[in-house]
Amino acid sequence: MSAEPTQALIERLTTGIPGLDHVTNGGLPRGRVTLVSGTAGSAKTVFACQFLVEGIRQHGQGGVFVTFEETPADIRSNMLGFGWDIAGWEAAGLWAFVDASPQPGEESVIIGNYDLGALLARIEHAVHKVNAQRASMDSLGAVFTRLTGGATVRNELLRIAAALKRLDVTAVVTAERTEEYGDVARYGVEEFVADNVIILRNVLEDEKRRRTVEILKFRGVSHQKGEWPFTVSPERGVIVIPLSAIELKQKSSDLRIGSGNPELDQLCGGGFFRDSIVLVSGATGTGKTLMATSFLAGGVHQGERCLLFAFEESREQLFRNATGWGIDFERMEAEGRLRVVCHYPEVANLEDHLIGIKAAIDEFKPSRVAVDSLSALERVSTMKGFREFVIGLTSFIKHEEIAGLFTSTTPTLLGGTSITEAHISTITDSIILLRYVEIYGEMRRGLTVLKMRGSAHDKDIREFTIDGHGMHIRKPFRNVSGILSGNLIHATPDEMERLGMLFTAGDSPA
Amino acid sequence: MPSRVVLKLYIAGQTPRAESAIFHLRRICETALPNQAEIIVVDVLERPDLAEAERILATPTLVREVPPPRRRVIGDLTDIHKVLTGLGLRP
Repeated sequence: MSAEPTQALIERLTTGIPGLDHVTNGGLPRGRVTLVSGTAGSAKTVFACQFLVEGIRQHGQGGVFVTFEETPADIRSNMLGFGWDIAGWEAAGLWAFVDASPQPGEESVIIGNYDLGALLARIEHAVHKVNAQRASMDSLGAVFTRLTGGATVRNELLRIAAALKRLDVTAVVTAERTEEYGDVARYGVEEFVADNVIILRNVLEDEKRRRTVEILKFRGVSHQKGEWPFTVSPERGVIVIPLSAIELKQKSSDLRIGSGNPELDQLCGGGFFRDSIVLVSGATGTGKTLMATSFLAGGVHQGERCLLFAFEESREQLFRNATGWGIDFERMEAEGRLRVVCHYPEVANLEDHLIGIKAAIDEFKPSRVAVDSLSALERVSTMKGFREFVIGLTSFIKHEEIAGLFTSTTPTLLGGTSITEAHISTITDSIILLRYVEIYGEMRRGLTVLKMRGSAHDKDIREFTIDGHGMHIRKPFRNVSGILSGNLIHATPDEMERLGMLFTAGDSPA
Repeated sequence: MPSRVVLKLYIAGQTPRAESAIFHLRRICETALPNQAEIIVVDVLERPDLAEAERILATPTLVREVPPPRRRVIGDLTDIHKVLTGLGLRP
């Protein structure tokens, strides 16, 4: 006997808040109340407003905003900074405020029993007025501080939630928390809107602010677990960065592209793959920027569009460097084949950098992207944040089927690895190490292709030189070992010969 | 004591609580404000726009409209002395 489903599946309402619908597996449960809880400054009000804004802009759905704290006038002017014209939407009959903000000088004495029937009637009135499908209430804590009798208030809010459900309105209700990792919300708010809880965090870690959103629970429907970074962008409001959206489903291409250096192409078994990520690691001055520069120039020469994100050097420096290697960045940019984006890492947090990079890629649509250097961005983030950034960036670039080259600066001159590499090495398809090699008081440079996914490659550590035409790869170092570890051991030609003899001696009977 | 008092009582439907508030308010006016008070009852279910304009949150809410300034009391007005104090109408 097959069981008839007695109740329909819970439908979803696509919020339209960038990234949120990914981590919620498709949006908020429709016709239900979702509690959005967070500490002061965790962007609750922005979230509550944006929930209505995206409904209006993307779906033409009316929205009701119930404000318990700020006045509608304040909200209108605060949100204008995001380009949200609330007054315009009010005039167009798409947005309605229910003003429950405290009024100065009008304190109310409570004598006897009461309910929130007036508030409920006003909300229903507003819902009908704009034919609302969405509602936001911000923030509940303010009700509890103004009205005594927490039990009554809780009961009444439950009644409001039920009324919204009856009206098929999907609602976001915000509440305060006192700690980032503690009770869900103050005043036991979660007890009556417990079905769906989203937590916004704004954690101070290593003197850096990091915002995350967590879907704590969605009753009856699935969602992604864990905390997801988000940012509040001045243009677009809340943007969640869904690292989970990053599935490893990238196609891999057999098509080879030139690295911009024919000798290097040879070492790599014929060039980089079309949609691969290459990590170039080396100490300062080993030639990483040169490698990024020739990678882009090689693309431009083949008629591709190339994009460079520079976090270490200024435009002028980069252009001058390129000229020194016989590459004319200025002309390439004038022809529209190249774009160079320079930022100091400190101007923004990593989430904003990631969004900026994505926006630039979406706009310019390059087929090659270089980031010089990725490790410079370590400075502005926590370890966890940086790892998420690297994963997010890598998967985005792969998803777009763009060839990427990232550089990473190692902290020590000889040998060494960087944090960047630890986070990224498994994600990248190829790793090229550039190293200083000290030979009898002289600093020389060595290069090796450490990894080349899906291809044979040269295993030698080769010497290279840099001149006015760029990089020239020469013969392998034969009489030095320990280059990668930085503990160089020099062997004289005699010693080399003796070692060679040892093996021959072992092979033949003495 | 002001010679004329206008009191507006906001209720949400004819609930027992609303009836209790109306009952208590009538008695308060009869005993403390004889022939001075005018009572206006507003049902917010019929006139949510008035509740919006006056920014009423809870019901019952009693507002002293005249004389100014406005004073508010929330609840079903069970205590006559507290109501008069809350409205600023204690002699």
